[in-house]
Amino acid sequence: MGATSVASPAPLNSAPSSFPSLKALKFTTKQQELLIRVSALALIYVLAFVVRLFSVLRYESMIHEFDPYFNYRTTLFLTKNGFSEFWNWFDSESWYPLGRIIGGTLYPGLMVTAALIHRILHFFSFAVHIREVCVLTAPFFASNTTLVAYFFGKEIWDSGAGLVAAALIAICPGYISRSVAGSYDNEGVAIFALLLTFYLFVKAVNTGSLAWSLASAFGYFYMVSAWGGYVFIINLVPLYVLVLLVTGRYSMRLYVAYNCMYVVGMLLAMQIRFVGFQHVQSGEHMAAMGVFFLLQVFYFLDWVKYILNDIKLFHSFLRITLTCAITVGVLALSIGTASGYISPWTGRFYSLLDPTYAKDHIPIIASVSEHQPTAWSSFMFDFHILLFLFPAGLYFCFKRLSDATIFVVMYGLTSMYFAGVMVRLILVAAPAMCLVSSIAVSATVKNLSSLVRAKSKSPQGSGKPLSGSKAAAKASADQSLPFQKNGAIALLLGALYLLCRYAIHCTWVTSEAYSSPSIVLAARGHGGGRVIFDDYREAYYWLRQNTPPDAKVMSWWDYGYQITAMGNRTVIVDNNTWNNTHIATVGRAMSSYEHEAYEIMLSLDVNYVLVVFGGVTGYSSDDINKFLWMVRIGGGVFPVIKEPDYLVNGEFRVDKGAAPKMLNCLMYKLCYYRFGEMTTEYGKPPGYDRVRGVEIGNKDIKLEYLEEAFTTSNWIVRIYKVKPPKNRW
Amino acid sequence: MVPSCHPSGPSHLVHNFSVFTCNACDLSFKYLFRLDLLTDLVVAKHARRLAISIPPRGRLSTLNDDAPPSHLTTTLPHRPAVHPLTFADRFSSRSKIVFHYLRCNLIYTKVPFNAQTTLVSALVFLFGSQTPPHTKIAPVEIQILKPYRAPSMAKQRPSLLLLLSLISLLLSPPPAFSFSDESPTARRILVLVDDLALRSSHSIFFDSLVSRGYQLEFKLADDPSLSLQRYGQFLYDGLVLFAPSVSRFGGSLDQSKVLEFVDAGHDLILAVDSNASDLVRGIATDSGADFDEDPEAVVIDHLSYAVSDADGDHTLIASDNLIKSNVILGDKAIEAPILFRGIGHSVNPANTLVLKALTASPSAYSANPKTKLSSPPSLTGSSISLVSVMQARNNARVLISGSLELFSNRFLRSSVQKAGSKTIYDKSGNEQFVTEAAKWVFHERGHLKAVNVKHNKVGETTEPGIYRINDDLEYSVEIYEWSGKRWEPYVADDVQVQFFMMSPYVLKTMSTNKKGLYSTSFKVPDVYGVFQFKVEYERLGYTSLSLAKQIPVRPFRHNEYERFIPAAFPYYAASFSTMGAFFIFSIVYLYHK
Repeated sequence: MGATSVASPAPLNSAPSSFPSLKALKFTTKQQELLIRVSALALIYVLAFVVRLFSVLRYESMIHEFDPYFNYRTTLFLTKNGFSEFWNWFDSESWYPLGRIIGGTLYPGLMVTAALIHRILHFFSFAVHIREVCVLTAPFFASNTTLVAYFFGKEIWDSGAGLVAAALIAICPGYISRSVAGSYDNEGVAIFALLLTFYLFVKAVNTGSLAWSLASAFGYFYMVSAWGGYVFIINLVPLYVLVLLVTGRYSMRLYVAYNCMYVVGMLLAMQIRFVGFQHVQSGEHMAAMGVFFLLQVFYFLDWVKYILNDIKLFHSFLRITLTCAITVGVLALSIGTASGYISPWTGRFYSLLDPTYAKDHIPIIASVSEHQPTAWSSFMFDFHILLFLFPAGLYFCFKRLSDATIFVVMYGLTSMYFAGVMVRLILVAAPAMCLVSSIAVSATVKNLSSLVRAKSKSPQGSGKPLSGSKAAAKASADQSLPFQKNGAIALLLGALYLLCRYAIHCTWVTSEAYSSPSIVLAARGHGGGRVIFDDYREAYYWLRQNTPPDAKVMSWWDYGYQITAMGNRTVIVDNNTWNNTHIATVGRAMSSYEHEAYEIMLSLDVNYVLVVFGGVTGYSSDDINKFLWMVRIGGGVFPVIKEPDYLVNGEFRVDKGAAPKMLNCLMYKLCYYRFGEMTTEYGKPPGYDRVRGVEIGNKDIKLEYLEEAFTTSNWIVRIYKVKPPKNRW
Repeated sequence: MVPSCHPSGPSHLVHNFSVFTCNACDLSFKYLFRLDLLTDLVVAKHARRLAISIPPRGRLSTLNDDAPPSHLTTTLPHRPAVHPLTFADRFSSRSKIVFHYLRCNLIYTKVPFNAQTTLVSALVFLFGSQTPPHTKIAPVEIQILKPYRAPSMAKQRPSLLLLLSLISLLLSPPPAFSFSDESPTARRILVLVDDLALRSSHSIFFDSLVSRGYQLEFKLADDPSLSLQRYGQFLYDGLVLFAPSVSRFGGSLDQSKVLEFVDAGHDLILAVDSNASDLVRGIATDSGADFDEDPEAVVIDHLSYAVSDADGDHTLIASDNLIKSNVILGDKAIEAPILFRGIGHSVNPANTLVLKALTASPSAYSANPKTKLSSPPSLTGSSISLVSVMQARNNARVLISGSLELFSNRFLRSSVQKAGSKTIYDKSGNEQFVTEAAKWVFHERGHLKAVNVKHNKVGETTEPGIYRINDDLEYSVEIYEWSGKRWEPYVADDVQVQFFMMSPYVLKTMSTNKKGLYSTSFKVPDVYGVFQFKVEYERLGYTSLSLAKQIPVRPFRHNEYERFIPAAFPYYAASFSTMGAFFIFSIVYLYHK
């Protein structure tokens, strides 16, 4: 904001100066504050972007992890073939031979966003490759999130809190973990959309404005188009409305905001193919609908009350209406559920409410590391000081209770719960933590600084206290306390120190832990230098160059997206775990004996088998460590696979004491083929597995139906070719 | 773009060298050779022989494929290349001549440029000179896969080595026809014998082969120069192994090499007698026939022996339990029993490819005739196979006989009378049996090929890359049978096509026009996924046809559904009338006092 534009609103101030001449360049306090605020926000905006570029600096501009490769592939398709083709894309290269209707089974928001950015850039003649756009989409949206956080904080507390919220969220590791450059995943834009929707909704509730509500519906639409986590919104908002109803905070503003947001948002959300009719048919969305009807009943009762004027009559009417409404609601729900019109809750939803559910019933959900319950350490890692600022923030929220603070409290509490259930949902909790903590920080610092300043001011003129805020009033009330100023200064310094620690921690975490693309691995060598393992890309490139274009590759589903995106080969299963049976078939093949697996592989037309093996490098998330999940998932569908067959006294081992079936199953053979001849560590026998820390039990592995086709330089990825049936038998 | 030339044949002969005209390029060119691109030459495999003209003084013309025929001429190197192999060695069996390119590449990738060019010129001489005037020259297709870069070579002269190689090549025998997909009949056959006397004692069988155009090469089984392949190319199309007692082959040949030969699609006739060595037994075992492990045992049959068996131990068997297959044994039924003296074998029950061609009678058993039977014989009755045939998955055919005498002139000419039968046949069935069986083994019969697999939507002709569910499609394939000389339409009424995704969704018998074309049409099932058109045609004696063509099937696009459903008209009416009513209501409410 330049000086000239600021100059015109200057006379708003009560300063009696006649005309702005040279003095026009001198800002009033308000202008100064605005300038500081805007520049701080701009810096935060840049910071949020820049801090996420560690991954590009340390590695290269590349897509990370697993799902982003699918997103990248689809975005590429979208930019090449246009939206209509994308919408109707039937992909025959994954889930062979079933295929996958990609257009109907993804959230297109991310791809459309990236393609749009790409197109805009090209319109302005920036010839950027779509990959660069994809890599930088998440940081860009993280920057935008800081803006939303600012406005949100301003809405629920004040602009100071907004600024702090923006600063906190800009570097919060819980958020950065999903939004570094290259992490081209739905969450990258979804957190922005989530926070935007919440902000607009709170704004709508605060103002009762149809326009804000409509805007929030569109925010919701964007969220639905971007991430399955929209279910959180469609449940949190009704819950919030319900809480407001119960606490007697029902108002016309709320009625307008919720109804408009729900109805329009629902209609818009139905346009996403993947969501379709779920808003009226699935159990997860029923709460929103129930609250919607409840609001109508509430409104109706209000109206009746206004008309009747007779308390007694109204009470009996209320009783009858309520009973009727509840009966009708319950009846409709039960009939809908019984007839199958309303689908029951999905496994994922159940596992949120009951963390043990997935482990017992849906191994495929439980097997994903990011679906595990969160460890305390990772809370500390991802939130740092926010962890104890959060309760303080809650305290301030309760102290100054309003519709908006109730919302942020509910958002914080529910998301904290979910973050505890699943590691990946820390991401959803991060904005809430930042918002609530920002209130704590802002309020505390404000109080303390006003104390410090009040002390210095008080001798000058107590006639002009900072009457505006309660804090100031309180500060002046407690003036008699000893060492108050010193204490306040000490506390301020302490807060400053903590915030500095937070910033240092966040930067360190980002650069060390969250910037790894996980497709390129880095380790410290003997000399302390950085060693790069680029085995994944080596293997995928080999696949791309050396196998026939219609070759089918079987691997555990984790690598499916990468194989199709980088190797350009058909896969049997991939990370879109839509067909449990198909995955179980692969799990069964991996955990069977070679000749049994051969039958399965022939029936699936498999040409190559790809396994990931870390025994040489000490890369611990390899297929042997995932193997028990393959057994469980395979055994869940095919009872011939029994987990105890692979365990010895309930223990998973690969050394001489391992179960015989374990030593001879396909996965073991493929991982350890020729490994027995290899010395991995000095002073250890050959065939020493550096991940498990044991000498393997079966060193003499002979493959009958497969042959080794390719092993990467560090043995991380091993590819085997399935031999054709024997010629003479 | 890959340029290709299709020389049509010799237009005239210059100095004993042929000159082609290329139909595609429409120019009479000397020959196209890229000295620097030898490794990228891909020569169509059906080409039998090349004829190449050499311009005077060994200048080799090259043809630029990018620009129109601006002939870049380059001379051959004057320095003789130093390389370890002589051309004579390399080209002594000059069949499949074109494949030598590929073979030579392997050698020459190690050798610097000069050697490579020398080789080319050698090839030029070879091809140019080796064409006898009476042989027709088959069309040749050469594709050059890389753009041309002019070699920066100084003027050079042809090397002495070329002349040497030329001479050595001229001395070697003329090239033979090669085995190929186009004419599946085996041509060059190696006959391995223990004793060259076999050549005369089994001459009728061999002569019948020669008279049908086979080139037999007789070698002792322990000949030290024995080799089935050289430089990765097989030298023979078929192997007749009449060396039952050989315990070690000469040269580089061993059991695995023989099996490798079969696995490369070549045919094998294996006959043993009572002194079969472990080596031969091993080959038989790996082909699915287990000979009786007792080395002394022979097949004895006290009921259906041949009357002429004077010894009285009933080891000369007259069997007529033939496999019932006109494809294997010919259309004409074999009337006379077949004489057999030798060891029996059982077919491996795990092997689904091996068949008993000649079975022993239920009264036969396998034992040593000289000793008393102390324990029940391991092989008895009709589980004994006397002659088995096996067709491998790659359609290589193997015949395993427990009797070498079965093929001998003596058995072929002798009269036969089966014990207990009054009929005396002047001639045993052996000749017909071995001739017909050899015809089958060497692919003169029962070899099918499927070509022109087509599928398209009904009413269209182009082949789509993807179908939609519920599309109507047509599928057709042409199937031909090799008659020994030419491809003739194959006529059957049981050829089925599957539309397959993990299991067949559609299975239809195709109708034929009796000229080899099989076709059918059906509706794509209402399931999307990656399907395959599969034809799995396996009939006794015929080579198996296994065609699979992958085709994805997609669901409807968003705009392929009906826009308005008649059944839903009440709902349309309801929603639109509600909207209208609400609009009117709003106006009335807002503006009507």
